[in-house]
Amino acid sequence: MTMPFYVPPEQMMKDRADYARKGIARGRSLIAMSAVEGVVLVAENPSRTLYKISEIYDRIAFAGVGKYNEFEMLRIAGVRQADVKGYSFAREDVNARSLANAYAQTLGQVFTHELKPYEVEILVAQVGATPADDELFQILYDGVVNDKEGYTVLGGQAETVTKALEARYAIDLDEGAAVRLGAEVLAAADAEPLTANQLEVAFLDRTKTRRAFHRVKGAELEALLSGG
Amino acid sequence: MASESRLPFFSGEADPGPSFVDVLRRLQPMSGGGLMSGSAASLEAPHGTTVLAIRYADGVVMAGDRRAIAGFTIASRRIEKVFPADDSSGVAIAGAAGPAVDLVRLFQTQLEHYEKIEGEILSLEGKANQLSQLVRANLPAAMQGFVVVPLFAGFDDRRGLGRVFSFDVTGGKYEETDFQAQGSGGVHARNWIKSQWRADLTRDEAVDLALRALFAAADEDAATGGPDLVRRIFPTVAVIDASGFTAVDDVEVARRADTLIGGREEGAGL
Repeated sequence: MTMPFYVPPEQMMKDRADYARKGIARGRSLIAMSAVEGVVLVAENPSRTLYKISEIYDRIAFAGVGKYNEFEMLRIAGVRQADVKGYSFAREDVNARSLANAYAQTLGQVFTHELKPYEVEILVAQVGATPADDELFQILYDGVVNDKEGYTVLGGQAETVTKALEARYAIDLDEGAAVRLGAEVLAAADAEPLTANQLEVAFLDRTKTRRAFHRVKGAELEALLSGG
Repeated sequence: MASESRLPFFSGEADPGPSFVDVLRRLQPMSGGGLMSGSAASLEAPHGTTVLAIRYADGVVMAGDRRAIAGFTIASRRIEKVFPADDSSGVAIAGAAGPAVDLVRLFQTQLEHYEKIEGEILSLEGKANQLSQLVRANLPAAMQGFVVVPLFAGFDDRRGLGRVFSFDVTGGKYEETDFQAQGSGGVHARNWIKSQWRADLTRDEAVDLALRALFAAADEDAATGGPDLVRRIFPTVAVIDASGFTAVDDVEVARRADTLIGGREEGAGL
């Protein structure tokens, strides 16, 4: 009978965390922020079809960075849970907090029990009646949940982007200004200006009673980027 | 309900894909229209009555009266029978009200679920086929008297026209060329539409025709509710065109209904 080498738990967790962080750091960054008209999500994403940002439910959006297949699986599970909940109870009973908790449970479980942790960082955003009511839950690869106010940054160069963003962010930005700010600070991290076809932008519209999620693309995105 | 704080994951064969109905079946095996034991003969559940859909130049008008009956009793004077299925299509229901309303909720969720999972909206034909499967799943309940027969209509973006589909109790799906009416007063409504319908009807003419056809049905069929002038209850009407599903507001329906009755031009025989 062979005996496995003893690895202290601290070392094992650290190795896993390093592994996950490395995977996430390879990806490009994503920003979510509260604006006057709703929540604006901006990501650097050259793909037109493989989305990082998507709709979960009426007032809730999902965003993920890191390994695509892993956050895509989490997204689908989230849509399923939200739809089942909304169908079994009522649409207004679906909320971001309980979904963020479910994600945290899953990521925490995978981090400690599976062969390898997920190399993802995800965001569950919910738009409220006013910017102060918006909820941004950021969930890390190990299941740690952070409840952010105003804005948050996910992915590779998160620290650099956050620094650039916090100096310029204000809660009374309008939608266009928020998109432009996002495009600029994401570009600063790479020191190259970002154009509409390098960006993925989505918007949770505060005024909608149902399905607030809206993808901003094409001419609409160009107009927002060039405005102001 | 499956454990709520846990995310639903499925592996391999068990993965339901983009189907919400299959997700529900995996997570809540006891829900949905299964076989009920006992005979329904003595059970008088509310039934919704007359609904119709009419194609016009730019789309489709859907309408339904507001009455639900249980035997010879009026179960509801204000039931709604016309619903949006998604942004560009609508569904109207006739038959057992309980299962029908639930069928609509399931159908709406199914369309939205598909759109979110796949990132693409189903074709109009695809939506109609989905509804057909839901109606077929209700067959065991239908055999016991809880029949649900919907009408489905929408604007087909790919073909640029409004289309109407009707269904039978086994889930059979039939595309109608111009119009269809369903429910106990359906025959009378259909005959009225048949005598007046033209391919170049405008939106307003189609709404008026829908209201007249419902009056005609209410006139001949005790289970169909006419316009209630005392309580100011009027039929539900919706218009679906290239810009999507729009419910015609009560003020407009009431005004049109009042004109049709008050004017009595063609309505003299009503």
